[in-house]
Amino acid sequence: MTDLPHAEDLTAATVFEAEITDPDELGGATRKQIRREQRRILFRSPAFIVGVLIVGFWIFSALFPGVLSTWGPKDFVTTDDGAALVREPPSSDAWFGTDRVGRDVYSRVIHGARPVLIVAPVAAAIAVAAGTLLGLVIGYYKGWVDELVSRIIEGFLSVPVILLAIIVLFTFGSSRPVIIGTIAILFTPVVARTIRAATLAEAQLDYVTSAKMRGENGFFIITREILPNITNIIVVELTVRLGFAIFTVATLAFLGIVADDLTDADWGVDVSENYEQIANDVWWPTVFPALAIASIVIAVNLIADSIDKATRA
Amino acid sequence: MLRYVLRRLALSLVTLLILLIVITLIPNLAPGDPARKIAGAFASPERLQSVTESLGLDDSIPEQFIDLIGDVVTLDFGDSFTRPGQSVFGLVRAALWNSFKLVLFALAITLPISIGAGIWAAYKKDSIADRSIVTVGLALSSIPEFVSGVILQAFLAVPIAFFKVSADPPPGASLATNLNFLLLPALSVLIVYFGYIARITRAGTITSLDADYTRTAFMKGLTTRQVFRRHVLRNALQPTVAVTGTQLGYLFGGLVGLEFVFNYPGLGRLILDAARGADYPVLRGGVVTVALIYMLATLGADLIIAWMNPRARLAQGGEG
Repeated sequence: MTDLPHAEDLTAATVFEAEITDPDELGGATRKQIRREQRRILFRSPAFIVGVLIVGFWIFSALFPGVLSTWGPKDFVTTDDGAALVREPPSSDAWFGTDRVGRDVYSRVIHGARPVLIVAPVAAAIAVAAGTLLGLVIGYYKGWVDELVSRIIEGFLSVPVILLAIIVLFTFGSSRPVIIGTIAILFTPVVARTIRAATLAEAQLDYVTSAKMRGENGFFIITREILPNITNIIVVELTVRLGFAIFTVATLAFLGIVADDLTDADWGVDVSENYEQIANDVWWPTVFPALAIASIVIAVNLIADSIDKATRA
Repeated sequence: MLRYVLRRLALSLVTLLILLIVITLIPNLAPGDPARKIAGAFASPERLQSVTESLGLDDSIPEQFIDLIGDVVTLDFGDSFTRPGQSVFGLVRAALWNSFKLVLFALAITLPISIGAGIWAAYKKDSIADRSIVTVGLALSSIPEFVSGVILQAFLAVPIAFFKVSADPPPGASLATNLNFLLLPALSVLIVYFGYIARITRAGTITSLDADYTRTAFMKGLTTRQVFRRHVLRNALQPTVAVTGTQLGYLFGGLVGLEFVFNYPGLGRLILDAARGADYPVLRGGVVTVALIYMLATLGADLIIAWMNPRARLAQGGEG
């Protein structure tokens, strides 16, 4: 796939190695025990704890930026005697320094968490919901619909998501709903492919065959038999997609594609407005928002990986 | 084998046709008159008409689709709207060459380091080295390349004159100078892909090390080096080859942010600028080029795997 793909690896590996448990053999209590055991492993994993702490910090910043920062994102920083501080390196007055017009970089970083944390999770959730539905249906029924949909999925995957997003958003304009919708649609094919593979594997197991022999209809088998058995894969897929959604949102913002009804501060926008000054050694207005993007992506990756490991343990 | 190749080609062709349908539909679905958008709000009716005609928007959608197929077959997408007198072919070729140089150099750095780390991690499975390679790789991967790009600029290019902030060398520079300018963007690619490729290689190597044929090879008395060279790697690296193939399309067209940060005129930049200026001919030519690269690269990867693993070759050929 051409959207960044690390995900694929993760998910493909998951599908391949996922412990496939047959619910007919396991009583309800056993499955509950397995889940509880998985949660225990998860909550003890240092990577998971670090990831949750970092993501938690950014969620808090997005919800209550005023609590963590003294200046507003558009305020000009002044010293006590009223002098403006422009392009000031990090100091006790401005922890992360000030940018070329004299705004506080630290306050902008705190306020910049909001746009990413609105767009990326919503887009990832829609994509995973749509992709799961599509993947379940084509994976269970197979046949010519599967053949056709799989070709269309391949077609989408042959061009990098970021390129398609650029084209769509320049053509259709970039309000927030359009950005969310575009990312959701462009992420759906890869989710569908992963879920399709998982569904194909599940559909060969005895419990599906016995449900068919009981005379259950396809809808029942998909929603009540297969779906509960691939929730682990869906959860991992959701976290992995979230990471890529943040990647995509940040890159689009960096390229100047942000919601017109812009928000006061945005990490990607701040990087793009300031990076040319790096050559003049004014690194702080670029590096801090860049590190913010890196930190949240790393945190989401750590969470995705620990969930993946815990569900396989 | 031939049957297998033909089947793969046919599937790629269907995929390409589906993509062309999407590309045809986009300007037709766009709100407002795309010709108006391109020609500007104050364009004369004549200018508007000529833009509409050159886009083929007067024709029905199936006709536009057929025209686009013709463009792809002849590799002639006409002239750019925003850069008068310049053919799409010429613009794409120049950008493609630039992307090619960057991708080749980036892979020359990324693949040996990542594959080496992956094999080492598998060999030393569950050691500290293994855990660090996996965790660091995971943490660094999927950091957007423009982010690692600006961080490298700030911490390497500014203090150390050897590293360059721009990737575009002065004209007529030597090969060494060219590579010097391309070093930081290539390192950004390494940061993104290291974890991914190391992980895939590690997983492949572990599977291969556990296999019976590896045990047999060790029991025959071969040295570790011989076992790796003759038996393990041939099997272990197949997933790595497959993944590298699927990533080539991304490397050629998806590094938009990176090309932007380092002011490098590659394919991603060309397509971004074309989208900004509603330069549909360049846009089409660029996107089709990226898709073709993806298809050729995945096909190439499959063929290499078939060569590495006769079993895969027979299985897929027999199915076709």
